[in-house]
Amino acid sequence: MYTVSELSEMLKNKKISSVEVTTEYLKKIDKKDKEIGAYLLVTKDEALKSAKEADKLISKGKSTALTGIPCAIKDNICTKDIRTTCASKMLEDFVPEYDAFVIEKLKQKNAVILGKLNMDEFAMGSSNENSHFKITRNPVNLERVPGGSSGGAAAAVAADLATFSLGSDTGGSIRQPASFCGVVGMKPTYGAVSRNGLVAFASSFDQIGPLTHTVRDSAMVLNAITGHDKYDSTSRAHTTTDFTKDLDKGVKDITIAIPKEYFEGAIQDDVKQSVLDAAKEYEKLGAKLKEVSMPSLKLALPAYYVISSAEASSNLSRFDGIRYGYRTSEYENIEELYKKSRSEGFGDEVKRRIMLGAFTLSAGYYDAYYKKAVEVRALIKQEFDEIFKESNAIISPVAPTTAYKIGQKTKNPLEMYLGDIYSVPINIAGVPALSIPCGKDKDGLPIGMQLIGDMFSEALLYQIANAF
Amino acid sequence: MYEMVIGLEVHCELNTETKIFCGCKTTFGAEPNTQVCPVCMGMPGTLPVLNEKVVEYAIRAGLATNCKIREISKQDRKNYFYPDLPKAYQISQYDEPLCENGFLEIETQNGTKKIGITRIHIEEDAGKLIHDKEKGTLIDSNRCGVPLIEIVSEPDIRSAEEAIAYFKKLRAIILYTGISDCKMNEGSLRCDVNLSVRKKGAEQFGTRTEMKNLNSFAFIQKAIEYEFKRQVELIESGGEVIQETRRYDQVSGKTFSMRTKEDSNDYRYFPDPDLMPIITSKEKLAKIRSEIPPLPDERKKVYVQNYGLSSYDAELLTNEKEVADYFEKAAHYAQNKKTLANLIITEVLKLVEEDDIKIPPKSLAEISNLANDNKINSSVAKKLIKDIWNKDVDVNEYVNKHDLLQINDKILLKQYVLEAIADDPKSVLDYKSGKTIVIKSFIGKVMGKTGGRANPVIVTQLLEQELIK
Repeated sequence: MYTVSELSEMLKNKKISSVEVTTEYLKKIDKKDKEIGAYLLVTKDEALKSAKEADKLISKGKSTALTGIPCAIKDNICTKDIRTTCASKMLEDFVPEYDAFVIEKLKQKNAVILGKLNMDEFAMGSSNENSHFKITRNPVNLERVPGGSSGGAAAAVAADLATFSLGSDTGGSIRQPASFCGVVGMKPTYGAVSRNGLVAFASSFDQIGPLTHTVRDSAMVLNAITGHDKYDSTSRAHTTTDFTKDLDKGVKDITIAIPKEYFEGAIQDDVKQSVLDAAKEYEKLGAKLKEVSMPSLKLALPAYYVISSAEASSNLSRFDGIRYGYRTSEYENIEELYKKSRSEGFGDEVKRRIMLGAFTLSAGYYDAYYKKAVEVRALIKQEFDEIFKESNAIISPVAPTTAYKIGQKTKNPLEMYLGDIYSVPINIAGVPALSIPCGKDKDGLPIGMQLIGDMFSEALLYQIANAF
Repeated sequence: MYEMVIGLEVHCELNTETKIFCGCKTTFGAEPNTQVCPVCMGMPGTLPVLNEKVVEYAIRAGLATNCKIREISKQDRKNYFYPDLPKAYQISQYDEPLCENGFLEIETQNGTKKIGITRIHIEEDAGKLIHDKEKGTLIDSNRCGVPLIEIVSEPDIRSAEEAIAYFKKLRAIILYTGISDCKMNEGSLRCDVNLSVRKKGAEQFGTRTEMKNLNSFAFIQKAIEYEFKRQVELIESGGEVIQETRRYDQVSGKTFSMRTKEDSNDYRYFPDPDLMPIITSKEKLAKIRSEIPPLPDERKKVYVQNYGLSSYDAELLTNEKEVADYFEKAAHYAQNKKTLANLIITEVLKLVEEDDIKIPPKSLAEISNLANDNKINSSVAKKLIKDIWNKDVDVNEYVNKHDLLQINDKILLKQYVLEAIADDPKSVLDYKSGKTIVIKSFIGKVMGKTGGRANPVIVTQLLEQELIK
């Protein structure tokens, strides 16, 4: 297994070449991914080509921290001339003619892209079981789900089929699979990473972020992908330029808030204990703990599902079978072309959210649902602001459970939604949050804790996480 | 008695160099799908970035029509499926438009009338569908993302004439501000008419119908007249008007139902999360205001106050910026601005209906001065404009060469008058028996004999003297 930081040093010191390490990863994918199912597409030729390019740069002494590092990309991030499917039948043959902002960034840094990763269709789901193409298994326990929607991205790193991956997080889609697979997942501040080229699910929540083996790796990758993008109006230049700078500063005089609502209700006992133990560990390391309250937490989940589905219903309207993507084979008129293409091209969960979203935006229902949800959003943001007046960060579980069995929750969407309870408030508020492993449950499955920070406080979150 | 209640929705394409949310060109008439990119094609993962010029132009339109400009405005998505709409939503503005509560003034038979402007908002245009007999329906996406403003009037309009006057005035204002070329034949200015009828004196509005995409003044006029008649007849025969969209058919001159309210779309408007609020500071507003050139009403005021023109004539001259510019250039040389204005209104405007102004302003001023000095009469003046249109000639030389100077010589004119009287004794009797209107035929005859050069005032005086002898 290589971490980004180790491999980066090895490459620079010519202990290994990028072509060698890339070949090693390609072989491993070939051997192991049949049982994991993390990849939807392996771009072998392109990977070897960019590895060669990277080696040339390294030999000239022109490398960056990510030069020659093999990574993989969630399949809702557009890659030029390489199929980008969103794990949907709708986009089975869709080949973008442009790179997402983050891909441009990785290419500028000469990272090696190994391929595209499985996910829940259009990033809607928490178990990767909503992929049109295949399920992904949790590398820790193959009977378990890897989480979702960036399940492939988490599994690829956990199984060491890539040194790091990029996922997207709309309501927990980076953090929850990171937690289920025992890796580090960062959901940056809304606007910190450009969404340009990320196929939109819920535009006001979506953020791209890294999944890595270590906290340091996460900081290194975030260094490469943040920055203002003039092609994303919601993008903002980050106040921090180097996220690794405070990694070793420890947690002395840091105040960590523990919101009691995050530890109540249907939470798995060992998850709760493990996160509370982690908090105690921080206290030992010199941090102050502070119990706080977030009364509106219970409103977060419904608000999230209303707003995200509303935005999704509109964002996914463009998949109409007219210009690209799936088109039904037989139709009599335009109406039928739309209906059949969309009915056949989308999976059940996607259709469920489109219908939910279209309903909440409909005349006569808008005020009761969408507008209310937007009010809740402001309330939740306010509560976070309050907490951050006195605390530097918040500690909480990422999800109420560890990885569950494949098929266990597919029959009950609502139960699946409940698993997002701790992760969605972060997207609603737009703040950054990091998921890091903090223990194992009784079955040996990874438990993740979540460190939540104020807007643009990623460097501090990394500092706290790295002290653990 | 019924009256019509009309409100207009006018869509106007802005002449910004690039589209509203991407860097594609907006040039009209380019080869299909050559001015497109992933953003305006609505490809997955692409995001809109608002063109600042669009906001500036829309604010110009708002200020020019006395609107209040919102300090904070937002953009919304209007969701509906149609093949010419790549994202299946149009980015528009719903409840917080850029400009609100304005008005403009029109000239009517009963004087000046204020027409309220409810709002002006920005939005993107859709593409164009081309129905090809062999290939089926094709999509040209060049127009996708071309910036539009929609200008919605209050239901203050009460006749087809007022509707046309409003539309013309609005067009003039937009042309003056320089934000659009307003070419109706290229679709850069389009008009939807909302019309209802009610008994005169009634307070409540009737049910309205909407007629879409009327693309000439004549069609607006005809569509309104037809639809008014249709609604009145419907109500009179015991029927009820249904709220619906109707299509005006240019061939038959009738309107036909397109879709009723029941099967119309629920657009599911909501704020576009990809775009930030539009914030217009006082400083920015002041800057935009300072950049607006003089508007038709300002010029109109000068024409009325300084040149003594009627409001109505001044309105006609200011309807087109080119005409107003021309008038002002010619006025510089003209002794009598009223004479000049008359020549422009009666002759030049007719000639420019299918042409640009093809007579130098100085030449027209010379013609006007000749008429004003009684050196040529008004009919010669008009004919002269036609004759030298598009010809590079000196007016005075031309007049001399073609012997067009007015005959003011009373002795000479008396001969012509007497000849005319002698030629038509019957009419003389008619005149004497009280049918004084026949004097016109005598004037015509004298004019004919003098090649139209006789001074009509003197001829009339002489005739009045001689006919009663």
